[in-house]
Amino acid sequence: MSEATAKRHMGLKTSRAISNTAIHVLLIVISIIWLIPFVCIVLQSFRVENTGPVGYVVPKIWGTDNYVRLFDTDFPRWYTNTFICALATAVLQTIIVLCMSYTLSRFRFKMRKPLMRFMLILGMFPGMLSMIILYRVLKDLGLTQANAVPGLILVYVASSGMGYYVSKGFFDTIPMSLDEAARVDGATRAKILYKIILPLSKPIVIYTVLTAFMGPWGDYVFARYIAFGTSAGKNVAVGLYDWLNKDQISNCYTMFCAGGVLVALPVTILFLFLQKYYVEGVTGGAVKG
Amino acid sequence: MSQLSDLEYLRLSGWQKFGYKLGRFFTGIPGAIGHFFQKIGRCLGRGCAAVGREIADIADTFIHGDWKTKLSFFIMGFGNIARGQVLRGLLFLLFEIVFIAYMVLSGGYWLSMLPSLGLVGPTEEYNEILDAYTTTYHDNSFQILLYGVLTIFFIIAFIYTWRVNVRQNKIAEKILASGKKLKSGKDDLRSIVDDQFHKTLLALPLTGIFFFTVLPILFMILVAFTNYDGTHNGYTNSLFTWVGLDNFNTMLSWAGGSGGSQSYAATFFEVLLWTLIWAFFATFTNYFLGMFVAMAINKKGIKFKKGWRTILVLTIAIPQFISLLYVSKMFAKNGIINGFLLDMGWITQAIDFFGDASRPWLARVTVILINIWIGIPYLMLITTGILMNIPADLYESAKIDGASGWQQYRKITLPYMLFVTGPYLLTSFTGNMNNFNVIYLLTAGAPTNAAASSAAGSVGYTDLLITWLFKITTGAESKYYLASVIGILVFVVVALISLIVYNLLPSIKNEEDFR
Repeated sequence: MSEATAKRHMGLKTSRAISNTAIHVLLIVISIIWLIPFVCIVLQSFRVENTGPVGYVVPKIWGTDNYVRLFDTDFPRWYTNTFICALATAVLQTIIVLCMSYTLSRFRFKMRKPLMRFMLILGMFPGMLSMIILYRVLKDLGLTQANAVPGLILVYVASSGMGYYVSKGFFDTIPMSLDEAARVDGATRAKILYKIILPLSKPIVIYTVLTAFMGPWGDYVFARYIAFGTSAGKNVAVGLYDWLNKDQISNCYTMFCAGGVLVALPVTILFLFLQKYYVEGVTGGAVKG
Repeated sequence: MSQLSDLEYLRLSGWQKFGYKLGRFFTGIPGAIGHFFQKIGRCLGRGCAAVGREIADIADTFIHGDWKTKLSFFIMGFGNIARGQVLRGLLFLLFEIVFIAYMVLSGGYWLSMLPSLGLVGPTEEYNEILDAYTTTYHDNSFQILLYGVLTIFFIIAFIYTWRVNVRQNKIAEKILASGKKLKSGKDDLRSIVDDQFHKTLLALPLTGIFFFTVLPILFMILVAFTNYDGTHNGYTNSLFTWVGLDNFNTMLSWAGGSGGSQSYAATFFEVLLWTLIWAFFATFTNYFLGMFVAMAINKKGIKFKKGWRTILVLTIAIPQFISLLYVSKMFAKNGIINGFLLDMGWITQAIDFFGDASRPWLARVTVILINIWIGIPYLMLITTGILMNIPADLYESAKIDGASGWQQYRKITLPYMLFVTGPYLLTSFTGNMNNFNVIYLLTAGAPTNAAASSAAGSVGYTDLLITWLFKITTGAESKYYLASVIGILVFVVVALISLIVYNLLPSIKNEEDFR
């Protein structure tokens, strides 16, 4: 190696070291920016001296008063509502989405292409539009306000077949020769589904369950329509949102933070364990469109 | 230098290519419209021919069929039962009985009321026993419209089933004539989990989609042609009725409203423009910054790759309503951000990020910046996977040719990414146009646009069309018909954009380019 190239090599090395340090610093800054709001929520949920919004972060007096106060409100009821909704939706929506995506991926029938095109067009309408009528129909059926939970589950689950794209993309990657081999051996199509395909589909099943659970867990707009001002029918999003009203915020702001922590905790833990599947699903879904 | 000019040339031609394509698209529009109508004409022609064939086939079945077939024209499923396919026959028969019973008992009423949407509204009558005026409710426009539409669907389903019933007779005759055996009820049951398994699987999802998406959307499209609102709810206060295109005229007219307020059209286009600007920036700032973060984490020599990723991914787990509401309070006048800025002495007076109607762009830019905070983790995830898929030898050969990091990005990474994520960018753009959560939870549309008509639901400067729609339906006057008009217009805009972009996307046309 000549001296000149050695020098250039050294130059490259130092410039790479500098750029890497810069990137490390940048990543630290990014991490701080991304974490600050959550750190603030947690800190403020332990603030005792003032229950309204203030211009500083670290509490002057620490305590769990806000968490204790939560149980004197309707918060436990909202939490139960949300939990039941999310759990039921996770199960039912997964079944429906898997039925839909499996069929559209595996079977070739006459109406397949028109059906997919039709659902694409249907998806271009704002979903909120249909809430006006669904609210009135559910109200006639007695599934709103205090009985909001079954009504909400129905709304979340019924149209979930439209979100088949990600799992269809997954099923498309399982080779058809597996099906054909089983067909030759005389298996019915139903048997192929639950004996061969389902055991191979663990990642996508977990992804679907996870996203189906997180949807209702954080949903505001549908829950707001269906609960329509009745406290017993609210979910956590609607309940906590109302605590930030002008006339409630000075009393309920730190309670909002405490409630937020309790709401975020289970999904965050769930997410931590299932992160891998979520990442796979999101990445696959984007590539296949 | 010649190398660089080559690169320069390539870049130029890329834009020229794009410009050419764009030009081609717009000059092609008249032709495309002509083609579209031709296609419709051809479809209609083909449809008419198909109907003609069907009718001819039905007549043929009737003339040449035996007495069992002939009777099946009136008693559905009779032929099936007579030929031993009891299960199928009974199902047909049951369907016919249910249909006739429904039409006689209520379907006829709903259909006859559909053109008027109800004749008699609620009336006040003097009740002698109670010695007071009581209200009696009569027709219900809402139910008439809903069940009327449902009845039409039911009739279509009945005609289809009847046709299937007739065809089955013909097929059965043919099979029997050739000396083969018909499928038994047991075979039919087996086909539910085998040959016809796709129908079994689709039954539940499609029923849900029909009742909770198709029917409501159809209903709301129809509502756009009525005067259904808070004061005409169709039952308890007043009936609603068809008004033709009046609502579209209101929404798209430039005439100012009462009290010197802005016209609906001016408000609509203002909101539409902001919706498009928002969608553009929300999509592309997230896309490029997310890609940048992903590349930074992926870079050789960066430590704790997994740790950085986990920190960002965890922020996805926290429900948006918590983080967004909290962040919106951080930016409030008495929030942490202002507190911090005041403490540092950088400002002397608290900034009203979302409340200052004289500076609408402050609120708008802040919303876009906060959206970056929300969107980057997703985009980081998505782009990480794709970046790793780019063949490494592309970079190797670029390095040997002496390409700089920026050139590698411009010539390899970006084209590859745009190619692979093209469809995703489109869906994310249209998704952002309808991004209710971010706008509503952050600002709820504030600062309020005082010039807009109050009848339009006090629309604000950061309101998107979708949040405006929500405000109208939950507002005091509940002008559902206006909400429907906006919904339809949103659909038109989204469909138009999708159509244009799909025609320009390379990944649709040359699917094999990067493989």
